[in-house]
Amino acid sequence: MKKSKMQILKNGILNENPTFRLLLGMCPTLAVTTAAMNGLGMGLSTTVVLIGSNVVISALRKVIPDAIRIPAFIVIIASFVTIVQMILEAYVPSLYAALGMYIPLIVVNCIILGRAEAFAYTNTPGDSFFDGLGMGLGFTLALTLLASIREIIGAGTFFGISLFGSGYEPALLVIMPAGGFVVFGLLLGLINMLTNKYEAKAKAEGDKLAEEVK
Amino acid sequence: MHYLLLLISGIFVHNFILSRFLGICPFLGVSKQISTSVGMGAAVTFVMAMASAITYVVQYSILVPLHLEYLQTITFILVIATLVQLVEMVIKKMSPTLYDALGVFLPLITTNCAVLGVALLNVQYGYNFLESVVFGIAGALGFMLAIVLFAGIREQLELSPIPKALDGFPIALITAGLMSIAFLGFSGML
Repeated sequence: MKKSKMQILKNGILNENPTFRLLLGMCPTLAVTTAAMNGLGMGLSTTVVLIGSNVVISALRKVIPDAIRIPAFIVIIASFVTIVQMILEAYVPSLYAALGMYIPLIVVNCIILGRAEAFAYTNTPGDSFFDGLGMGLGFTLALTLLASIREIIGAGTFFGISLFGSGYEPALLVIMPAGGFVVFGLLLGLINMLTNKYEAKAKAEGDKLAEEVK
Repeated sequence: MHYLLLLISGIFVHNFILSRFLGICPFLGVSKQISTSVGMGAAVTFVMAMASAITYVVQYSILVPLHLEYLQTITFILVIATLVQLVEMVIKKMSPTLYDALGVFLPLITTNCAVLGVALLNVQYGYNFLESVVFGIAGALGFMLAIVLFAGIREQLELSPIPKALDGFPIALITAGLMSIAFLGFSGML
């Protein structure tokens, strides 16, 4: 079955959200989500790399020999990461400083290599573009959500704007590494719970429909 | 003494997994059994020590003299990928049993952020050759300690009643968070 561009896009953002459904790219997810701005910046940088590498790999998929495809993918991905790194350093030095070594580490983000192998290597450049965009946006959304929660609880601010006034004592632990694990675990649990409920409801409705047909 | 402090700091105080968030993928992926996590830890230790040494040589005898620092990311990842390939071939020849036990996780060491992370941190901190290697080994031992402890806890978790929504990854993440809090206790040490 051939999927339309919109379906591919939606697939990346919801059905196969790389962070909440596939659990890929955990290192940046937990490491940079201490402030909403960093989460958004990391998500968008990854999206740019993902789109670029997906399109180029897909365009070259008939030229790259099967046996050495992984090193070839890595070189293409690393080139895009270097480009993004230089752009960030030149135009948004504050974000570049905040993300630090996690920018070069985009190279080893499993989402990008995973999509190259699972999608771009077997699909057309057009479809791969939308797959990259969808996956990238799904990743960005997840990162921004997690970072917002951690920033609001852990620092009492949202995108740097103070929310609760000076009387609020921020729960520092949430911004620390330990808080990252716990908040993400609870968020994942919540999403699982909602999905289970939704699926149970969909199944119940399906059963009811089947009853009526009989 | 200096090297000892570097070692302790790498293993306990700035643990790669629990305080730097490097190498989370294998940490969550290969931690279901103690035995495989020990094998994984050993392979990563070897690759990280070698990668620290080789990337140091590449950085200061090729990239810096030729003013090619901007190629750092590409060169380092290629060095690591080659190294992992080499380790894979050696293990396959020397010990086929270990090779089978590690399976797909062996090539995946390439995309372990701890390995590229240690190479980048060595450059960032301006460590000399010996310091780089010690730091690499310390980081890897910290990785191994965390993953083996975590595997032990997860083996117990398998037998415990857990709310359905939290089963699997969510409870593992919360457990890792508690471990991270425990490791915070080391932070005042150095």
